[in-house]
Amino acid sequence: MRCKRCHGPIRSRDTESLQKVWAWLIAGIIAFIPANIYPMLLTSTLLDRSEQTIIGGVIELLHYGSYGIATIVFVASIMIPVGKFIAIAYLAWAVQHRSSRNQHQRHKLYDVVEFIGRWSMIDVFVVAILSALVQLNAVATINPGIAALSFGLSVIFTMLSALAFDPRLIWDEEEPVRHD
Amino acid sequence: MPGVHLTSRNRPAVQTLLESMSLPPLDDLIACPHCDTLHIERELPEGGSARCVRCGIVLVTRRSDALVQMVSLACAAVILMMAAISFPFLDINAAGFTNETSVLSAIMAFSSGKGVPVAIAVALFIIVLPLTRLLALIYAVGPLVLGHKPRPGARIAFAMTEQLRPWAMAEIFMVGVAVALVKITGIAQVTIGPAFWAFVTLVIITIFNDRIMSRYTVWKALDLTSRD
Repeated sequence: MRCKRCHGPIRSRDTESLQKVWAWLIAGIIAFIPANIYPMLLTSTLLDRSEQTIIGGVIELLHYGSYGIATIVFVASIMIPVGKFIAIAYLAWAVQHRSSRNQHQRHKLYDVVEFIGRWSMIDVFVVAILSALVQLNAVATINPGIAALSFGLSVIFTMLSALAFDPRLIWDEEEPVRHD
Repeated sequence: MPGVHLTSRNRPAVQTLLESMSLPPLDDLIACPHCDTLHIERELPEGGSARCVRCGIVLVTRRSDALVQMVSLACAAVILMMAAISFPFLDINAAGFTNETSVLSAIMAFSSGKGVPVAIAVALFIIVLPLTRLLALIYAVGPLVLGHKPRPGARIAFAMTEQLRPWAMAEIFMVGVAVALVKITGIAQVTIGPAFWAFVTLVIITIFNDRIMSRYTVWKALDLTSRD
């Protein structure tokens, strides 16, 4: 059945919604592990070569004294992804257990998750800019590490997971069931 | 399970609505896109907005000049996007070595070996998708503003603008640039190029345009004009 206005497909509920949510979520969590273990940035200067992980980057920013920026990176790269994993898992779990509690809060949570998830991409963009900009032959070069790829994938997978969730499922338990 | 599927839990609610009163014409009903609550549309005062009674998201806003504003902002954003791509973005200078970066070369940074998928994704997120959204919006709404009939495919184009929204990440890219600038000031001197400011303006315009965009208004306008 198709919408007569925008011709998009219509279905009352996406029956496979939760399956897709879990599948993308698990993929996102798996990709998040190498993103934190392997280096995000490979820096080589005249004197030494160094590799920097996500957490390493945050610590370095703290050493420079840029606390604000360190907070932004920490929130975007660690807190938002982890918070998102937990939030999506909770939303899916609550629907599966036919919970009728906290519907308004759960709906808010879904809105927040949907809105905030994209912001985790900050670190991938930081790596892209740094490695494009810092190509100064012998003096200093920065190159992207493998973690940039897996982190980007993790963010994309979690976004797909959030998009697969059908928020209408939250409200299905509200009214007491009436039998005909 | 293919096709339309009504759960046993919401079927009674729909029937009660059908039985208790005659259903208003479909065009006068608004279903909340988030929680499915049905609302009956009423005329809104100028500048007013209507929220869903259950989950509280904004359903309809009314401004008479919304369409004109949307299209003109989108045109401005396309022009800025061209500037942001072609002018130098940032210059770096350290120990006599300089390097000039454009947005394109930020993308190409990933394009060797294993970085290719990231390069493609970054290109999509910061240039291709934002640009596609803007052009689709102009294509769909532009003719309405000029008083013409909508072009074929206008509906598909507008539906696409909506669906691509979470994937267009120009504003996130700008925050990334800010972080990168802080990280780099320890190593080298950075000069900001004209494309940087074009991009900043572009991001502000896009955010503002998304805020005022009322999809309901656009769909209504598309419906009214294609009926004549």
